Amino acid sequence: MLFSTFYFMLKINIKNKYVILLSLLFPTAPECIGRELCVCVCVCVCVCVCVCVCVDMARYFRSEVDIKSPWHQVLAAFWQRYPNPYSAHVLTEDVLYREVTPSNHLLSRRLLTKTNRLPGWAERVFPAHMARAVYVLEDSIVDPHTHTLTTKTWNLNHNTLMTVVERCLFEEDRSRPAWTKLKREACISSGVYGLARPIQEFGLARFKSNQARAMKGLEYALSKIQTEVAAESSEKHKLLPPQTTPTPTTQNPKQFV
Amino acid sequence: MNSVGEACTELKREYDQCFNRWFAEKFLKGDRSGDPCTDSFRKYQRCVQKAIRDKDIPIDGVDFMGPSKDKPES
Repeated sequence: MLFSTFYFMLKINIKNKYVILLSLLFPTAPECIGRELCVCVCVCVCVCVCVCVCVDMARYFRSEVDIKSPWHQVLAAFWQRYPNPYSAHVLTEDVLYREVTPSNHLLSRRLLTKTNRLPGWAERVFPAHMARAVYVLEDSIVDPHTHTLTTKTWNLNHNTLMTVVERCLFEEDRSRPAWTKLKREACISSGVYGLARPIQEFGLARFKSNQARAMKGLEYALSKIQTEVAAESSEKHKLLPPQTTPTPTTQNPKQFV
Repeated sequence: MNSVGEACTELKREYDQCFNRWFAEKFLKGDRSGDPCTDSFRKYQRCVQKAIRDKDIPIDGVDFMGPSKDKPES
C-alpha cells in the first residue's frame, strides 16, 4: 500500500524534473519503471529510518506556576519540604555539600533516594531493577541578590533504563513581590533499544504525577512555615488579635509538553 | 526525614535545624557573619559519607550541576 502510494506520487511529478532526478540518482538503472522502483524503495527506507529515529527521541516537559508566597518563604519551604504527606516515594534526604561563595551564592548538593516503581510490563522485562531504589542528586544555587533559586536534579543509577534531568528556577515576581514564579523543565530519555518510546512515555507520565505531588508537598511545607510565623507574631503582639495567614495557593499553572 | 545512613538521622536533624535557622535569619538578610553550623555539618558528613561508601552510591566525581548535554534546543 505504502509502496503503491509512493509510486503514484512519483508518477505525477513534473516530467522533466522527474526524469533528470532519476538519471542523476540511477544512471545505470533500466529505463522508466526500473528507476522508479529504485526511487520508491529508497524513499521508503528513508522514511522508515526517520520514523525510527524520531520515536526514540527524548520527551520534554515544561511548566510555569505562580506561587502565592514571597520568595524567602518559598526557599525556606524548599529546604524543609521532606517529609510531607505527598512524598511517600522519597525514602531519604541528605545534604552532601554546602558552600557560600565569595559572591555570596549558596551552593548545595542533596542526595535523595526514591522508590523505583515500574509498570507491570516493565517488571517482567527488567526484574533486576525492582529491588533497587533510585538515587537522585539535586544541585542548587541560591542568589540572594537576584532572589533566584536554580536547581538541577537527575538520577545517578538506572540510567540505561531511563534518565530524567529536571531544571527549576524559583524567582521573585518583580511585579508582585508577595508571589514567586516557578519554571520547571525536564528531559526524559531512555537508551533501551526498541523500547525507548514506551519507557519514555511511562517516564513522562510518572514525572507529571511526581511534579504535581512535589507542588503539593511544597505548599504543605509553606503552610507549616507560615503557621509558625503567624504564631511567633502572635506571641510578640499578645494584645492584638492573631492575624489570618493566607493559604499558599498555586495560580495559573501552565503546562507545556 | 531519614538519612541514607540510618545511624546519621539524628546528626542530620541537628544540622538541618541549625541550617534552617541560619538560612532564614542570617543568609537571606545579608548577614555574612559566618556559619554557626560548621561543627554539626562536619559530624553529620563523617557519618553520611561512610554510609554512602558502604552502600556504593555513585556520587564520586560528579560535577556540580551535573551533565550539561540534556537541554532541549530552543
